[in-house]
Amino acid sequence: MSTPLTDIAVDPGAGPESESVAIAARTPLELFWRRLRQDRVAFAGLVFVVLLILMAIFAPLLVKLFGIPGPNTQNAQALDDFGTPTGPSSVHLMGVDQLGRDVFSRVIYGSRVSLEAALLSTFFAVTLGTIVGMVAGFYRGWIDTVLSRTLDVMLGFPSLLLGIGLASACSFGNGCLGGLIKPGLTVVIVVIALAAFPYIARIVRGQVLSLREKEFIEASRSLGASDLRTIFREILPNLVAPIIVYSTLIIPQNILFEASLSFLGVGVQPPTSSWGQMIGDASGNFGEVWWYMLFPGVALVLTVLAFNLIGDGLQDALDPKGDR
Amino acid sequence: MGVLLLIISAITFLIFYALPSTDPAQLRAGRSGSPELIASIRHNLGLDKPIYVQYYRYVKGIVLHFDFGFSYQTDAPVRQQIVDRLPATISLTVGAVILWLTLAFPVGIVSAVKRRSLVDRAAMGGALLAISAPVYWLGLVALYLFSNDIGQFKIFDGAGTYVPISQNVGTWFSSLLLPWMVLAASFAAFYARLLRSSLTEVLHEDYIRTARAKGLSERTVILRHGVRAAILPLVTVLGLDIGILLGGAILTESVFNIPGIGRLAYDAIKASDYATIQGTVLFGAFFIIVANLIVDIAYAVVDPRVRY
Repeated sequence: MSTPLTDIAVDPGAGPESESVAIAARTPLELFWRRLRQDRVAFAGLVFVVLLILMAIFAPLLVKLFGIPGPNTQNAQALDDFGTPTGPSSVHLMGVDQLGRDVFSRVIYGSRVSLEAALLSTFFAVTLGTIVGMVAGFYRGWIDTVLSRTLDVMLGFPSLLLGIGLASACSFGNGCLGGLIKPGLTVVIVVIALAAFPYIARIVRGQVLSLREKEFIEASRSLGASDLRTIFREILPNLVAPIIVYSTLIIPQNILFEASLSFLGVGVQPPTSSWGQMIGDASGNFGEVWWYMLFPGVALVLTVLAFNLIGDGLQDALDPKGDR
Repeated sequence: MGVLLLIISAITFLIFYALPSTDPAQLRAGRSGSPELIASIRHNLGLDKPIYVQYYRYVKGIVLHFDFGFSYQTDAPVRQQIVDRLPATISLTVGAVILWLTLAFPVGIVSAVKRRSLVDRAAMGGALLAISAPVYWLGLVALYLFSNDIGQFKIFDGAGTYVPISQNVGTWFSSLLLPWMVLAASFAAFYARLLRSSLTEVLHEDYIRTARAKGLSERTVILRHGVRAAILPLVTVLGLDIGILLGGAILTESVFNIPGIGRLAYDAIKASDYATIQGTVLFGAFFIIVANLIVDIAYAVVDPRVRY
């Protein structure tokens, strides 16, 4: 019984001085940041992702710091007499692959591809999806019908199959559409963005349909605001929360999508190292050389997990109904 | 539905006609094909006709004779190829669906009822981990650990051991055990999470309080009143997921070397075998559309408020 009392007495925040401090209104952003900070798991995910981004940016520096060979340096000495790669050792922390390349170094460099592909494709998907969704939801009528049916068709498409098809058509030779789309990372980003944007567009459309009936939209229009102004200055700010949540939720999916394409050999082209491609390379002889399969996969899982944790945390933090 | 399929077929046609930089006739003629041979192949396949003629012929074949054309590589009718590969894909899908639902339901319900408990946290943490792991990597790790050829603990049949159910039921079952588990893992996790959040929301509803006030047992309240309403969002995704998987579980099939639709599509893409690509994409789209239709009907069955 006595503990609560001492708590109050000790707590400096409850002192009279602090009460006299003017109570500042908290902006939604501050509230959101506080809720996110309290979510330790999501915060851990955020820290991991920040570290990962730093690792991707400073990959060459890191490799030098650890004193390991670059991602494409082939070291025949690391293969044994039969040409079988050697496993983790003090020289090669994660072993080497069948060409004698250091797996640790390739895992570090692989983060560049994963992040670049996932973040850029998400950015394009969200931009395109938001614009299409806003136009469809705002204008309704035949514009909405045409756009929505198009989205239906795109959602009805087996997206991985489409991705493989597009990527493989564009990945050999000089690319496709007369060399407009070059093989490699660009194709992967385009494919993922195309596959992901209909989901965003649908969600945004649904939100806009209900937003456009609100009084403040009517007010904006009665003041003579143009459609463009209404859409971008009145409606868009109200879409920020759901867009952020869905963006963070599709980033991990996009990372996995890139890895799948590269795993199947139609994504990022060698010798650029990508985690999915490394797993694909290893799938032939992982019975003996497990390290080449294991480490890129662990990196992939941890990265996707971290983004998922952030996504979950953001969803909770931005959801006014959440009881947490 | 027909219109949707027509549009999808047209787009597929356009993509695989306009984009590739390789010539299918040349691929088929082989490395030493003479120009005359290539020209004659092109003529035989109708590839020298304008694109709309090719497309018209293709659609006419499907509508009139249910004919998807012939594989550029093997000469086998595409329809026959798909029919041959279908049992493997259906086996994989059905087994995995059963497995993931039996896993997801208890986990999701317990997590929702005992929210924020240790069980809930452990289950949801595990679920998030399972969602984050790519299925092919999980498959490779599972093979490395448990397959009886290269595995460290020789428990399950390894990759490439699939036999049709008509040949030997026992071997069929044991060869699919590992693929089922690997494929079901991330789905089970996803469904458990979905059920948890949906059920949590439902349990706050007024009619749940009414049901409790009536003196119903907690078990009846949760299962009959709670879960019944909470499975609605699951029905939607389940339909779509089954549709997508029937169209080919490309990654799982390629890791475990199961001769299903997914492998067929993948091999066809690698070989620029357009007729087969067309067939498999259309087929996959068909399943997704049918699944959507079934979902709509299932809604009416599950949710008494929906009337048509």
